[in-house]
Amino acid sequence: MIREITLGQYYQTQSVLHGLDSRVKLVGTLTYILSLFVVNNFLGYLLAAVFLAICILLSHVPFRYMIKGMKAVLFLMLFAATLNLFLTPGEAVVRIWKLQITDAGIAMAAKMAIRLTLLIIGSSLMTLTTTPNHLTDGLESLLGPFKKWKVPVHEVAMMMSIALRFIPILLEETDKIMKAQIARGADFDSGNLLQKAKAMVPLLVPLFVAAFRRANDLALAMEARCYRGGEGRTKMKPLVYHTNDYLAYAVLAIYLTVLIVAGRILQL
Amino acid sequence: MNIIETSHMSYDYIKYDEEGNAAGRTRAIRDVSLSVKPGQFIAILGHNGSGKSTLAKHINALLVPTEGTVVVDGKNTSDAANVWDVRQCAGMVFQNPDNQIIGQVVEEDVGFGPENMGVPTEEIWQRVEESLKAVGMYAYRKYSPNKLSGGQKQRVSIAGVLAMHPKCIVLDEPTAMLDPNGRKDVIRAARALNQVEGITILLITHYMEEVIYADTVLVMDGGEVVMQGTPREIFSQVERLKELRLDVPQVTLLAYELKKSGLPLPDGILTADELAAELKKVGPAR
Repeated sequence: MIREITLGQYYQTQSVLHGLDSRVKLVGTLTYILSLFVVNNFLGYLLAAVFLAICILLSHVPFRYMIKGMKAVLFLMLFAATLNLFLTPGEAVVRIWKLQITDAGIAMAAKMAIRLTLLIIGSSLMTLTTTPNHLTDGLESLLGPFKKWKVPVHEVAMMMSIALRFIPILLEETDKIMKAQIARGADFDSGNLLQKAKAMVPLLVPLFVAAFRRANDLALAMEARCYRGGEGRTKMKPLVYHTNDYLAYAVLAIYLTVLIVAGRILQL
Repeated sequence: MNIIETSHMSYDYIKYDEEGNAAGRTRAIRDVSLSVKPGQFIAILGHNGSGKSTLAKHINALLVPTEGTVVVDGKNTSDAANVWDVRQCAGMVFQNPDNQIIGQVVEEDVGFGPENMGVPTEEIWQRVEESLKAVGMYAYRKYSPNKLSGGQKQRVSIAGVLAMHPKCIVLDEPTAMLDPNGRKDVIRAARALNQVEGITILLITHYMEEVIYADTVLVMDGGEVVMQGTPREIFSQVERLKELRLDVPQVTLLAYELKKSGLPLPDGILTADELAAELKKVGPAR
């Protein structure tokens, strides 16, 4: 069962969004998030929501998958909204004992909630339509210029992709060790938190030892296959921009322009 | 010219104490001299700790000898400038399939070696396709390695080495963690590479059944090469092999026992067919 765990939350299907270069999606998501923080009016949020809705439709990913990401931060959102609701100074609308809800508070809380919702759905749209592999590749390519300042971009990307590859293997190993320790009388389920934490020791120690051994073997195998860092390496799947990617950048630029222009008009 | 040439090569593992000083030396390989001709299929046998894996790591320049020299395709492995050429020429497949697959997709893993060598993108794809076809794994090119069986993973590892276009492949107990079917597939793939592509194969193993097709068998014990010869020559010395704590193939053992109890059979029978043929010859006479 443990083998079935999928990494990230990639949703396998064919769509325009899935076909886009991962760099476009990374830049796009970042721009979108920034745009949410720049905009400060309801018309802007409406535009952002419409833009996101179109993207979701284009992605062919069922909407419930986006909501999944929301559940984890629902508490945080409610907390932030409540704080904003009560603590923003302004004209009081409702008074409860010493607390007061102000008109500015309501607006602030609503904005906060909308902003967070769009932000989370927007970024999960990226992880739903891009494999972790492509994301790593895209990151490596986008951060490429930092190599000049001795930032180990290639190495970090390689580490990320190896980590992704080994997660299922180590999970399987954990499962095996757990069963072996249960067979020897280990008890992982009962007792209070402290006892449970202590029970993890006989699981974690062999797991770490095994992980180090694997790392050693893997390093040897990589060296045997002529791995010597990013220098002079070619790519089997180089990232190349296609027409669609340029179009996506154009759409992104239009979205930003419209958003800014709309904001200005509202101010006049 | 010989593809692999070692002369009076020895290797010491050095044990360090807590302060990082050399506390003890263990000689893992003693004075090994061997020469391998291009296109040969060499099998190296030996029980645990006989030095066979250490020897294998020398061919790929993962280790360099403490004394003596190792020359692969005309290049001395002790010279640091030759390391990458040597590794490209002599590929290596390890025991645990999980710990040598780097890619998250089969084809990406096979492309890892050529990527490191700086091969142009289009040629990488060509090499990946060829290599996967050569080991019969082309249909699985889009799979995640985690979804493959041990034997399939090991064949992907072989393809990964093959894509680097080596002249020689060292297989260090590639079948130790596999089930019998996976073992057969891997050995079949290695033999095919040897016969079809003419790649020199060094197979390190402790399964006797896998060495009967080799041109030459080396038996190692205590870091030394103690026996050397064709499989037939080696397996005719059943007593000597037992001394070295090695088994002989079951058929060979059966023939040996039959001979001991009086049947006129030749020494070193390797396959069931051979034994059957010999027994037929014996049969009517009795």
